[in-house]
Amino acid sequence: MGLTVNNLEVTIERRRGTAVRPVRGVSLRVEPGRTLALVGESGCGKSMSCLAIAGLLPRRARISAGSIEFEGADLATMPEAQAQKLRRRHVASVFQDATGGLNPVRSIGWQVAEAVRLREGATRAEADREAIRLLGRVGLPDPERRAREYPHQFSGGMNQRAMIALAVAGNPRVLIADEATTALDVTLQAQIIDLISDLRDSLGMAVLFVTHDLGLVAQSADDVAVMYAGRMAEIAPVARLFAAPRHPYTQGLLSALPGATGQSVRLTTIDGTVPPIDALPQGCAFAPRCGKASALCRDVDPTVHAGVACHHVLPAPVKTKRVFA
Amino acid sequence: MSYLEATDLARSYQVGRAGFLRKPRSFFAVDGVTLTLNKGETLGIVGESGCGKSTLARLLLGLIPADRGVLTLQGQQTLGVSETEWRALRRRMQLVYQDAAGALDPRMSVRTQVEEPLHIHGLPLDGAERALQAVGLFGAMADRYPHELSGGQLQRVVIARALALEPEILVLDEPVSALDVSIQAQIVNLLMDLQRDFGLSYVFVSHDLSVVRHISNRVAVMYLGRIVEDAPRDQLFADPKHPYTRVLIDAAPKPDPSTRRAIRLEVGDPPNPADPPAGCGFHPRCPLAVDHCRKEAPELRRVAERRVACHLVSEPFG
Repeated sequence: MGLTVNNLEVTIERRRGTAVRPVRGVSLRVEPGRTLALVGESGCGKSMSCLAIAGLLPRRARISAGSIEFEGADLATMPEAQAQKLRRRHVASVFQDATGGLNPVRSIGWQVAEAVRLREGATRAEADREAIRLLGRVGLPDPERRAREYPHQFSGGMNQRAMIALAVAGNPRVLIADEATTALDVTLQAQIIDLISDLRDSLGMAVLFVTHDLGLVAQSADDVAVMYAGRMAEIAPVARLFAAPRHPYTQGLLSALPGATGQSVRLTTIDGTVPPIDALPQGCAFAPRCGKASALCRDVDPTVHAGVACHHVLPAPVKTKRVFA
Repeated sequence: MSYLEATDLARSYQVGRAGFLRKPRSFFAVDGVTLTLNKGETLGIVGESGCGKSTLARLLLGLIPADRGVLTLQGQQTLGVSETEWRALRRRMQLVYQDAAGALDPRMSVRTQVEEPLHIHGLPLDGAERALQAVGLFGAMADRYPHELSGGQLQRVVIARALALEPEILVLDEPVSALDVSIQAQIVNLLMDLQRDFGLSYVFVSHDLSVVRHISNRVAVMYLGRIVEDAPRDQLFADPKHPYTRVLIDAAPKPDPSTRRAIRLEVGDPPNPADPPAGCGFHPRCPLAVDHCRKEAPELRRVAERRVACHLVSEPFG
């Protein structure tokens, strides 16, 4: 089953009739019982892709092309109400700011029980029992007592666990974790990662794990998708990606990590900065920062072939007349 | 003689509302920290949120008053000195911190902001140009405003402003934490170049072990306001002695799928600094804790080049 995204494109309408496309033709597949990590630097479109999949795009943004196939249907084109119903039942999300995602005036237990009721149609008492079970499951000590407490009485790590309990209530098929551990300390982060992996294995969830932290990717993902300027640069199993990155951007990212070059020597850097989405260069968006860039790269935007979008990894494609300038 | 030396530095904060006739509760964010920084070296300070590392950074610069303790720069007292003496000292030590955008004034050009500390100290303004060039901001870049710059460029401006006074010590509080990997590498390289070219000494505060490991000569690990271990970089990472240092190094995600954590971390939640446990602060989360740890806080003991605060680490470290 899982979830398959094909050529997803997100467009944000701006004032004065202009539009930008933060996601430009992204394809990926999240499979049950596996974790796909979506990585990239700020503004690469990873969060926007997630929001599109979760049906949580901001008001001015919309899916302008592509499909999101789930259970044999396309969430991108089916009627909105039907898509949201499917998502509410089967697609759960956890975001970075757990405390902000919880309702401050309802107890933690009430909020988890509400999710259980909505997803499973359980009775009040059943839902309450299930909520306590879930809170215990995510490692909250003394869940019966804690369920009666409110978000302000919880630490950041406890709120993040409560959010995960809320997300996995009713056994969703897909869990989207967008920088879900970024604000946490490393010891807590490790525990939350372990927790998500456990739940993935026992519930058979497909996990889409969005992060900027390559260390976390190496520790928790089965497959990795690297995004750059709204496009997919490379997608590969985690061991392969770290052992033999093929896209120059992935290579640059990995060698820029402290520890990659040995201590006290200069770090390898990628010159320049990510282009703003309203001023993307023609051709490959990475070309201005790429040591391998040729005239072809500056002219034709490469598409993903065998997991990598780079003219210099596969034989160069035959140049065709561009449809869009 | 050591260069910057802190002895038993402490700083407390009050918590909660103090009721009428009720004594306000307070806790120590930094509780008796003794450390030295040698000239030209980088001292990394690591720990999780609430461990007191940022408070320590501000104490070292005199930005907040200390409750107790002594701080000397080349043997000269820096706490409780006269305003004129303080100004002269302050020139020699500068702060660089994480939120570059928040540290800059959106209505002032980059050049004006880098000149500002020179104005304050009544110095010729050409130092600003030198500082801007040192961080790689040339020509027209200096006439731009913060909103026209990227995150990496903003951090360069903040570093240039700190350098304008030609200080000897930079205290860097999470200077690269908000930056993307490729930009982070540029700033780390810049900091190492500046240190080499100007003979700067750094106190580098961060929660990111991989960056600290890259840039530091020595590393101090803080937990609940105290240093629990302090050692030369390679010793600390190759052979951590304190159980907390081990947990921290183990929990840090390594960018290598072949070294996935085999053991689960069952270390509970971090403590509330306002309500620290008795005895050793780490005992509720420590897998090795014994009765003694619950009663008595261990002292930071020195053996050779290393200091460790743990009852279970015996001499010579076994």
